[in-house]
Amino acid sequence: MSTTPPAEPLTKKALRADHPTWCPACGDFAVLASFFNVVEKLQIPHEKIVCVAGIGCSSRFPYFVNTHGIHFIHGRALPLATGISLSRPDLHVFVFGGDGDGYSIGGNHLTHAARKNVNLSYVIMDNYVYGLTKNQTSPTTPIGRKSKTDPRGAMDRPINPMTQLVATGATFVARTHAAQVKHMNEMFERAILHPGFAVVETLSECTMFYPGAFDSGNPRKGGAFDLVDETTQDLTSTAEALKLAEDNSPGKFGVYYENKLPTKNENEWAWVKDAQSKSPDLSGKDLLRKRFASMR
Amino acid sequence: MTSAQASPPEALRNAVIRLAGYSQDGIQSIGAFLAQLAGSTAQDVMTYMTIPSTISGGPSIFQVHLGSGKVLHPGDEADTLVAFYQDSYDNHLKSLREGGICFYDSDQVKELNTDREIIHIGVPFTSAAIEAIGGSAKDRGKNIFVLGMLCAVYKLDKEKLTAIISRKFGGKKEDILRNALLAFDAGYAWPVHDINHMPFAPGENEEANRLSTDGNTMLSLGLIAGGVRFGAGYPITPWSSIMELLRSELPKYGGMFIQAEDELAAVAIAIGAAYSGHLAITGSSGPGLSLKSEAIGYACMAEIPLIVVNIQRGGPSTGLPTSVEQSDLMQAIYGSHGDAPRVVLAPRDVQDCFYTAIEACRIAREYSTPVIILSDQAISSRIEAFPEPDLEKHWMEPTLDLSDRGADFKPYPLGKITRHSPPGARSTEGKYPVVTGLEHDEWGHPSSNPINHESMSAKRREKLIQLANSLPAPDFFGDEQGDLLFVGWGSTYGPIKEATDQLRAAGHKVGSLHLRHIHPLRNGLGDIFHRYTHILVPEMNDPGIYGHGQLATLLRSVTCNPNIRSLNKIQGITFRVKEIVDGALKTLAL
Repeated sequence: MSTTPPAEPLTKKALRADHPTWCPACGDFAVLASFFNVVEKLQIPHEKIVCVAGIGCSSRFPYFVNTHGIHFIHGRALPLATGISLSRPDLHVFVFGGDGDGYSIGGNHLTHAARKNVNLSYVIMDNYVYGLTKNQTSPTTPIGRKSKTDPRGAMDRPINPMTQLVATGATFVARTHAAQVKHMNEMFERAILHPGFAVVETLSECTMFYPGAFDSGNPRKGGAFDLVDETTQDLTSTAEALKLAEDNSPGKFGVYYENKLPTKNENEWAWVKDAQSKSPDLSGKDLLRKRFASMR
Repeated sequence: MTSAQASPPEALRNAVIRLAGYSQDGIQSIGAFLAQLAGSTAQDVMTYMTIPSTISGGPSIFQVHLGSGKVLHPGDEADTLVAFYQDSYDNHLKSLREGGICFYDSDQVKELNTDREIIHIGVPFTSAAIEAIGGSAKDRGKNIFVLGMLCAVYKLDKEKLTAIISRKFGGKKEDILRNALLAFDAGYAWPVHDINHMPFAPGENEEANRLSTDGNTMLSLGLIAGGVRFGAGYPITPWSSIMELLRSELPKYGGMFIQAEDELAAVAIAIGAAYSGHLAITGSSGPGLSLKSEAIGYACMAEIPLIVVNIQRGGPSTGLPTSVEQSDLMQAIYGSHGDAPRVVLAPRDVQDCFYTAIEACRIAREYSTPVIILSDQAISSRIEAFPEPDLEKHWMEPTLDLSDRGADFKPYPLGKITRHSPPGARSTEGKYPVVTGLEHDEWGHPSSNPINHESMSAKRREKLIQLANSLPAPDFFGDEQGDLLFVGWGSTYGPIKEATDQLRAAGHKVGSLHLRHIHPLRNGLGDIFHRYTHILVPEMNDPGIYGHGQLATLLRSVTCNPNIRSLNKIQGITFRVKEIVDGALKTLAL
């Protein structure tokens, strides 16, 4: 039982922790600011927020926010978050990661967390390069771009994150740009409010190793911030979402797909409730005794 | 037919029955029924089975060792062989002892001339079962026919046995139970004239409530009794039956078990549930444990209470997936990168699977550490009978501690055991904690300070030393000092104990230690070893290039005792008592 008075309204200040160790002007700062904005706006109970991350620059996120956090191993943040979300449906689970963590080493988990429709919000800070390990090719690095592991230029076709995400069966898929904080706020807010697996692909520039990667989506750098027109787009259509995703350079920003389907959390807990209702008067101990009786 | 008569019908104390057929013939069910009957008639029982590594069919055996007194092993050689096919007859006749009885399906098997004294009895299992059930039942029912025949031959408790059959088939379609009982009665009434019937002496086990089941079932139920409510796994033989059972059982207890997309996800999901404040479990068999190794290292570093079950099988890589070995010991103790101390426990038999699981739960909670339970294929599938556990004594009710953490809360205090603050618990004055695999200071901040890393490594090591100091004395039997000490672990318990008894009966001074706590080891083992001329470690793994099995290597490094030797067997099957006795005699002659 709580012995302290009820918590005060949650403020950005209360959410701040250590100063981020990211490089100056890194796109991830905008993601952090946006997270503060949205959580403050939605007034999620402070102790119910969990920030989960794998490995990479963006995955340092849990240290920079004052919430419960867990910093796991490379690529496995999503199954870790699955364990948290399913076992504790009272929590708000946020997963932060980069393109390497999410699309490469953890690629398989993305598909399965999405297909299970685990209730969580996943922000992928995509910078088209491996930053923490200092400039190697990432799964989203465009062909021809030179890195330490592709000194003559990247040879392999990059994945298209949006077709990838839509194809996983995620029930909320959106895309935003770190230079558009207002839009990012909106996408995060909608992702948080979405019941089920919500993923936001965030173009977040690595100013150290890949500056200018997302200028074509940034009006201040001469690009175009072209939005999905939700008055004509059927957000529940995978086919329409894939069509949007085909145009990847810089492509459209906004929600590509949004659909309410039963979550893994609902399905599993419904089973638990049903199983428990079949012997409502038995304690765990008695249930096990009953099981023993059948083994005599 | 050989005309030798079995000895006059004096009460049997032990009998080993080997059923040889194909895996779809239901020979496992015959064995399971016999084992369950033994449990309910105060007899002791241990079974042994081989499963072919094929999807369907393939030769398979099920061996049942029934005894009026204690049964410690599945039996070196068979007293009775039941052969369903020509190849099962050809391949298993040699497993029958001199003077043993071979029942064979005369519809399928052609009897061979053998110079051994064997009582051959041909019975048309296939056609007799079809006739009993009537019509087109095909092969179905011949296993129950054989069960009926064995019931008559051994004068087993027919009433109890039919009750067990009725319970098993009762929930199914009506004609399934009717057919089973018809087949049973036909087998029971089949005239097996040439042998004397062999009644057992009454069972000597006095406990009223005895259970008969296999190791994986008891391990799963032990985890539930120990407070595990969440887990995740990925299918692999012989671990899968644990995840299948927990998947359907845990919801009844308010928990859940998730089938993950791979081994890496399975351990990550379990760590997620454990981080959230629940005691969680994952598990696998050899190759799966390797895939989980990085995350297990994380759990050591982040000090997460986690249960990891490893049902060992044979060989490296895909190896011998349905055979037994004890060759994951080093992997369990050391398998990860960096210095990642964790606890390793090994159950010795089916009953002990239950108590080992409960102890693993207790240790994981108390020391905030991953605990690996090393079982093996032999215990996982064999059936034994034993007294029902007293849940008043052993039940651990799970709790979720979401109490507030104040200003004095440090996630990783030096000199104290870590007690995590799970999400949902308020940090009323301090910062919210981050749980991490990066080396961290007492507040969970990443720190690569050299002294900090050394102190934190010591903290993680020290708690296992504390645990070692609190461990009870390992199982011991035999002579307190003398010629030879056996040291065993895991499923070799029974054969080692029997070998000890035989060697002592032959006048040797022999003792035997059986270890449940493999890592950390209990203090003072070296002092015990000094009381014996030889220390012999029977284990089912390879002696390796330095000539010692995995536990023997560990014991040599811990005690510096050059008299420790290993007795290794890696045939994918368990030790026979005779092999251990012979090994000991060879060692004694050194």
